[in-house]
Amino acid sequence: MASQAKSNVLDPLIDTNPITLQVLGVCSALAVTTNMMAALIMSIALTTVTAFSGMLISSIRNHIPSTIRIIVQMTIIASLVIVVDQLLKAYAYEASKQLSVFVGLIITNCIVLGRAEAYAMKNPPMLSFLDGIGNGLGYSLILMVVAFFRELLGAGKLFGIQVIPVANEGGWYIPNGLMLLPPSAFFVIGLLIWAIRSWKKDQVEAADYQIHQVHRTEIL
Amino acid sequence: MAENTKKKGFIGNILALPNDNPKKTIFVAALLCLVCSVLVSTSAVVLKPLQQINKANDIKKNILAVTGLLTDDADVDALFAQFETKVVNLDAGKYEDIDVTTYDQRKASSDPAQSVTLTAEQDIASIGSRAKLATIYLLKENGAVKQVVLPVHGYGLWSTLYGFISFDADFNTIGGLQFYEHAETPGLGGEVDNPKWRKQWQGKKAFNEQGELKIEVVRGFVDYKVAGAEHKVDGLSGATLTSVGVSNLVKYWLGENAFGPYLKNMRTEMGK
Repeated sequence: MASQAKSNVLDPLIDTNPITLQVLGVCSALAVTTNMMAALIMSIALTTVTAFSGMLISSIRNHIPSTIRIIVQMTIIASLVIVVDQLLKAYAYEASKQLSVFVGLIITNCIVLGRAEAYAMKNPPMLSFLDGIGNGLGYSLILMVVAFFRELLGAGKLFGIQVIPVANEGGWYIPNGLMLLPPSAFFVIGLLIWAIRSWKKDQVEAADYQIHQVHRTEIL
Repeated sequence: MAENTKKKGFIGNILALPNDNPKKTIFVAALLCLVCSVLVSTSAVVLKPLQQINKANDIKKNILAVTGLLTDDADVDALFAQFETKVVNLDAGKYEDIDVTTYDQRKASSDPAQSVTLTAEQDIASIGSRAKLATIYLLKENGAVKQVVLPVHGYGLWSTLYGFISFDADFNTIGGLQFYEHAETPGLGGEVDNPKWRKQWQGKKAFNEQGELKIEVVRGFVDYKVAGAEHKVDGLSGATLTSVGVSNLVKYWLGENAFGPYLKNMRTEMGK
């Protein structure tokens, strides 16, 4: 039980990371990683929703009719997301303004529904809660790394504080505008996946097809 | 008491049914909806006052920022108390005597009874319709108007930008332009929030000596050797459409279909 709980939290950080291994939740990873503050708030919001939805769904899992189970899961997730959104608007107004629609879009984040369907439906509430925390942290880790590179290279800032003097304000660094656009998140995530899979070879998937060398002798 | 135990028995009976039983399916769905809706509406109702304070504060802060009064440790409410809120009838260009605390211009903009629909030709800011009345803020010193803050909004590239523009007492020299709500690309169109760019608006003249509206955002940099530079602001690099949007919304709101008549009246009054 204890080791199960530990692996629920720690495994999703690198070994079964929802973004880099399962390639889920990439949409919001592209959208909110232009600065680290937004990425941090989003990470906290998603981790909270994943953890509590896992716990709630797991606690009623024995009574969820299988015909409507996805709707039941979505209803619980959507309710939690609205509550989180309301809380942000009340206690972190600036941040919620910045994240705008993306908090609401946590509802459609594949990680949340993915964990509900794959884990919470079959496991007890406490373990599901920890599984949600773990996956949320795995998502957060990648978000923060991506946001670090995007904000640093795109604006010369970290958490909104200027760390590299940019040319506009008399410094030497000319910010790379591409880093602030969604494609750069694809590049950074791609490079991260490459780096992680070079380090942990067991994450490399078997190729779906193979190119064979064929020697053709017949005359076409 | 008796009813209570009966109820428990009823729920217990349903929960004991197999999960795929239609009765149980409907019961679970209904119960779930009930619990979730209570949760959602409770959070909305409980947190609403806090959210409204945040929103109102944010607007006050932006009004202070556009007039240059906002500092890091400023007491927003105390500073805002210096402002007098007024409602302007845009077509007439005169103040309207209504309760300023309850009038909501943003709500009125989408209410057919309180707004006018703009023709394609008039609608350079792409807002569709605008409220007949607009809320403005006057900063007074010793009874004389020192600055005036007007609300503006219009479409950029992805979103409607909402903001404020302020004028000095001559109702021509711009004190500042500031947006409090938009969803332009961070780092590109989002640079409308850049203090350096915003600073450029300070001291620009909206109208020329003949009273024609001349203010605009140009593409690239303003050439200060050419006459009329006092009406021009640098465009944002990498954000042509946002720059055009800002240019258009400023032109619209200061133009004859919005604050034009009011500004004209006020300029004449000041000239007297």
